[in-house]
Parts: sequence; structure tokens; C-alpha cells
Amino acid sequence: MDYDYDVLIVGAGGAGLYAALEASRTGKTAVLTKVYPQRSHTGAAQGGIGAALGNVEEDKPEWHAFDTVKGGDYLVDQNAAVILAEDAVRAVYDLENRGLPFSRTPEGKIDQRRFGGHTRNFGEGPVRRACYAADRTGHMILQTLYQQCIKSDVAFYDEFFVLDVMLDGDTPSGLIVFELATGQIHMFKAKVILFATGGFGRMFKITSNAYSNTGDGPAILARNGIPLMDMEFFQIHPTGIRDMGILITEGVRGEGGILYNSEGEAFMKRYAPTMLDLAPRDMISRAIMTEIFEGRGIRGTRKIDDYVYLDASHLGRAKVEEKIPDIADFCRTYLDVDPAEAPMPVQPTAHYAMGGIPTNVNGQVWTGEKVYPGLYAAGECACVSVHGANRLGTNSLVDLVVFGRRAGQHIAEYVRNAPQGRVDKDRARWWKDRIARLKSAKGSHPGEIFDSMQETMMEKVGVYRTGSEMEKAVSSLQKLRLDYEHVSVHAGAENFNAEVQTVLELGNLLDLALHTAASALNRQESRGAHTRDDFPDRNDGDWLKHSLSTLKDNQISFQYRDVDVHKWEPKPRVY
Amino acid sequence: MQIELKIFRYNPQTDKESRFDTYKVDVDPSDRVLDSLMHVYRNEDGSLAFRKSCAHGVCGSDAMRINGKERLACKTLIKDVTQSEGDTILIEPLRHLPVQKDLMVDQSEFLSRFKKVSPFLIPEEKPPENGEYIQSQLQRDAIDDATKCINCGACYSACPVLDTNPDFLGPAALVHASRFIFDSRDQGLDARIAILDQPNGIWACDNHFECTKVCPRGIKITKLINLTKREIKKRKGE
Repeated sequence: MDYDYDVLIVGAGGAGLYAALEASRTGKTAVLTKVYPQRSHTGAAQGGIGAALGNVEEDKPEWHAFDTVKGGDYLVDQNAAVILAEDAVRAVYDLENRGLPFSRTPEGKIDQRRFGGHTRNFGEGPVRRACYAADRTGHMILQTLYQQCIKSDVAFYDEFFVLDVMLDGDTPSGLIVFELATGQIHMFKAKVILFATGGFGRMFKITSNAYSNTGDGPAILARNGIPLMDMEFFQIHPTGIRDMGILITEGVRGEGGILYNSEGEAFMKRYAPTMLDLAPRDMISRAIMTEIFEGRGIRGTRKIDDYVYLDASHLGRAKVEEKIPDIADFCRTYLDVDPAEAPMPVQPTAHYAMGGIPTNVNGQVWTGEKVYPGLYAAGECACVSVHGANRLGTNSLVDLVVFGRRAGQHIAEYVRNAPQGRVDKDRARWWKDRIARLKSAKGSHPGEIFDSMQETMMEKVGVYRTGSEMEKAVSSLQKLRLDYEHVSVHAGAENFNAEVQTVLELGNLLDLALHTAASALNRQESRGAHTRDDFPDRNDGDWLKHSLSTLKDNQISFQYRDVDVHKWEPKPRVY
Repeated sequence: MQIELKIFRYNPQTDKESRFDTYKVDVDPSDRVLDSLMHVYRNEDGSLAFRKSCAHGVCGSDAMRINGKERLACKTLIKDVTQSEGDTILIEPLRHLPVQKDLMVDQSEFLSRFKKVSPFLIPEEKPPENGEYIQSQLQRDAIDDATKCINCGACYSACPVLDTNPDFLGPAALVHASRFIFDSRDQGLDARIAILDQPNGIWACDNHFECTKVCPRGIKITKLINLTKREIKKRKGE
């Protein structure tokens, strides 16, 4: 046995680090990360973390929970939403107390600003709920949690890429891991494993996601027979930098930024008369695409790559530099646009996986029928579900700190009496052979398959979807998965062979792309981010349920699970 | 347009010495240097080793030297280096850190210096029962610049002091020390003085400003170091 721990955390973003801090109080814990911890994608989150502190105006966790449920188009599990909103307050205070440098009110409290879909008194009007640290809130969360891990001497294995999980029945017994520096395959033994591997937006062509967001956790568990939940719901954020997809935070609109079409019209008044530019993301993405398809994009091409303007110049230079300094820097660097003077060209960008590994509110992997003892997931790779069909802005950071922390606390208790399962040495040998085969084959470079997958997903499984196009996407992806069998690694080196990792990441993305496209084709209604022109209405009678997808022999099959709607009855979703 | 990438190559396990490989790449002038590296890696030469992740300047993975200057490959546009510096782009690894392979450098020593300065909040009092520490906007402003640091290592590579004194703590670690020293909630100055108040600690910095010039996050690093020096002198009653 190479390594022996009680608890293994896969991923060093906000969820993984928070879980590690908590779990390491009782169990011997290690964090495995394929990048260095400070490089994790949590650091790219910009605008804020929602918590009903009520520091600048009255607010209540119950309102936050309701907004989350309505924002998710009632596919949110309501018990989980209530926990999310209540724990958010505790988690934000805990982070502040551990050093997080939030922006402050004149009284010296944590300042709060507006974000899309955050309302007072169940939808009456906008409320200031997003706690923020300029426009680098995620960076501060990541740094603070990493600093705390250093303080607590948490063990890290940097640039260790997890290939597979070993299960003894329903219990995890360890991981099989590729060490980038040496090319060695290691076995890590453990009683508890938590996946916190983040999102998988790299399956799309235009995305705000990092290169490392390849969905390794969900893909690994899915290959081991665990179904994935609600994979059809992928958030396309309305405001990415034109052609590049780099995110422009919703905080820009929270501070008063306005969207304009080519006719100079502030078009959101036609789509969300109450909340205007602070309507939820799915509605704004659809509004932008509708403007573009009707010829009112800035270029007027009616094509998917047209764009609109997001204007913040009326806020004045001082506010732009104080509230959104990083955004201003991005725009100057990549667009030669100074947002204090001119509008920013934006288009929708693939942003956030609302589906993923199904878990309960303690982070345990849970299919609805059974819990997998000792196996946990948290953060974007998990589906609790608190985002349902559309995630509200700031709720990603809330999700990862609340459920990363809760999972860690649950692990700290569970691990005291947890059994150690049998490890399967043949699996490590199988992976060694797999990588040797990749290196010895004379196949093609992965570039074309990457491009083809990303274009297919962007065009056919994007903001607007139709049955016939999604059918084409599913069959294209099935073919790409077959082509993928002939991809090989051209560099034979043992040390720092990133090509091995890239090719295996592509395999993970292809699996998840097929889950996503097939799940979207399967769901015959429109709900939240999933909008079909052949089924334009929400259909609670048939589809108020979570979908659980399983991939076997290049085909996806489905099971379903009820949504918890014990508190608020589903209603039409208007803003 | 077509450009030439002249890239530093070295695998210490197999190569006796380093070399430069040249690749011709078709690019759009508004592409990032990282886009051109990705093109080479995915379609031409998968053996090329470099780090990258977020691709928009906030994760710090792809710090490298581009035409002799420390920059993030994802924040450097092709047109910005070709217009002023010609159609060949020279790409090398960061300095002052051992090359692991090609453009990848070993960061363990760099990170161990970061960890030495106790880069975490050391509060004097127990946190409030149910709420936040009160911190004024002015107090918060005092740490704003330092909190931008992504530990990419550009400043460490550009620092001329490290050329002659490899034991110097380095600018990045000093930025993180100042991040906490000037936080109104922190009381850890005395603990950090033990590390900073040394010949190879903060006093080895002699104000070349190279770190400030290359910082991709625009942090006024030299200024922070000087403010910290003043704070230490004040604490020691000098």
C-alpha cells in the first residue's frame, strides 16, 4: 500500500478545503489536488456570497430559501434550501472570523449588495444580500481557507490526478492516483472519500470555466455505477466577455449596470418588468439570445456568436474602480474597453453545472434509495439539490462553504467508527496498463475531438434547445466517444506527462457531455435553464422530478426521484 | 497572422542541456499567448510541459517569461507583444526556481517561504459570539492591495536580489506578511518579526522595484515591503 489515510478529499477548492479543515479534527486527512490549491477555480468567483445578515436592510434566511426555490424553478429540494440559507449566515461569520477581508459598511460591518433574484418578502423587490470582497470574493474565500489549512497542517498532495475510486460494496476503500511529477500510479487507502472536483464547463466552447474544470469526480463515480442527477441543467451565464467567455460578474448589474441591444434599448423591461436586469440568469440569457435571434444583437447577424452591451459607465470611474476593479482590468486587457467610459460587449457563457453527484444535506452520496456510507461529495460537482433548474447568483459560493463545511463535520463524526474496506490491487494494475496502452498506440491528437465536443454542446445543448438538434448532439457525442478510443499520447516521458492527464480528462468530459445531452433530450418540458422550443412550458404533472442518468455501453438510461416541495407550492415563475 | 514561438525546452531526466524549439502558429492578434501554447500542445507537440488553469489572470498558474519579462500567458495578448517586439515570441520559465520540465518550475521552495511568514490571521481575542469583527472601511483599505496576490511567482522571478542572494525570503512572501500585519484584526506582528527581521528577511530588499513592475495583479509590492519595514522599526522602538 502506497498511502494510508482515514479521510481523502479530492479537490482543493472551497468545498474541499472547508471539508478538510473540519474532517482533520478527528481523522488523518489528506487533500489530493490536480493543480496547486491556490489555483483552484473557486478563486475565479467574483461577485459575492449570499447570506441574510441584514447588515444594510432587513433580510431573513427564509426569504433567501424562498428565492433559491423560486430561482431554481421549483426543482430545488426545499429542505436543503432552508439549510443552505440558515447555514449561510453561520458560514459567512466563520469565514470573516478566520480572516476573510470582506468589503465593509460605514459602520464596519460586512457590506452587502444586490444580485439577481435576491428579493425581500418573497419577491416584492430587490434586497442587498450578497456579501462581497470587491469583485474577488471567491479568491478571498479560497485564500482564507487555504491559509487556515496551512495553520492546521492539513496534508496536501499537489498535482496528484485521481483516476479511479475503489468501492467495497457501497463503501469506498481508496483511490487510484496518477502523480504528474513522476508518472507513477499510487494507491491511497482510506475509510472516507469526499469528491470536491468542481465543475465541467470545459465541455462547452464558450465558457467561464478553467481548463482544469473537467468533471473528474462525477465522471469517476458514474463509471462506478453511481447515477448522476439533473445533468440537463447547465447554467449559461448571461454576461461573458464576447468570444472568450470570461465572466463579467452579476455584481455589475447589482451595482446598477444595464443591458442594451443594438437599438440602444434597455431590453430587460420587456422580459422581467419587476426585477429588470436583476432577474435570474436563465431569464436574462434567454432575453439576450432572443434579442440576438430577432436581429437586435450588436452585429445584427442573428447568430449564436452575436453579442449585446452591458453598460456600467454611468456608475462613474470611482465606483467602477472600487466595486469591480478586476472586471475593469479584464475589459481593458482583453477588449481594449474601459468600462468606466464605454459599454462592455457580452454574450452568454457556459458557467455552472447545476447537476452532478447526488447527495443528501450532509454531503453523503445518496441516490434517493440508498446512502453510500463513507462516500461524500460537495461543491459544484455535487447536486444536493439547492440550485434545481437554475442557480441564483452567489449561491455557488454559499453551496460550497455550507455543504463543504457540513460534509466535513459529518465526516469528523462518521470516521470515528468507520470500517476500512478491502482494496483492489488489480485496479491499479489495470490503470497502469491503460496508460501504457495510451503511450504505445499510434493514434491521433485529442485536439479535434475537443473542438468537436465543445462546438456540439454549445450549438445544440445551449440556451435554446430543440429535440431534433439534441438527438444530433447525442449521436455525435456517442461517435466522439468511439473516436476517443483511438486517441493516443505522443510523448512517452514518465515525468510531467501532462498529455496523459489531458487525454484522460477529455474522456471524463465526453462522458459528462453525453449525460448532459441525453438528459436534456429526455426532459420534455422547459424549466429554468432548460428551455425547449418544442416543449415551451413547464410541466409539473410529468416533470417535477429529478432525473438520474446512468451511462452504460454508450447509452444513457434514466431513473427519477421526487423533489421535496414540503414548504412552498410550485407557482408560475414571474419577476 | 502567423507568428513564431521560440520555446525553452528541457527535461532534466533525459536532456544534457536545454534548447529552444520553434513553432509556427496561425493566430488572431487578439489571442492570448496561452492560446498559442494550447494550440501547439493539443495539435502539434503534446510533450510541451507548462501549467495553466483559469485562462484569465486570476489563478496564477501560467506565469512565465515572455520576451524576457515575467507575465501571465493568459493575460498577454499576441498583438501586445508582436506589435512592439516582433513576430517571434520568446518563451522561457520563471527564474530562481529549478526547472522541472520545459516551462514548469519547482515551486516547493517558493511555497515554503510563503508558509514561513505565518500567512493566516492571528487574532488576539476570541471571535465575536455570533457576528463579525468590526473593521472600518479605512482599515479594510489598508490591506486591499496585498489581498490581490495570487502567488504566481512573477515577482520572485524578477527580483534582482535573488540573483546574488538565493536565501532572500522574496517579495511574494513579504506581500503575504504585510497582508496580515496591516489587518486591524491581526495581532501576529511579533510572531512574524522573528522571520522578517533577519538579514535574508525583509532587510535584504533594496528597492529595485522589479517586482512591482511585473506584478500581473498590479500590486505595489515594493511600497508594501517598505511600509512593513517601517512597522517593524516602529515596533522595535527604532
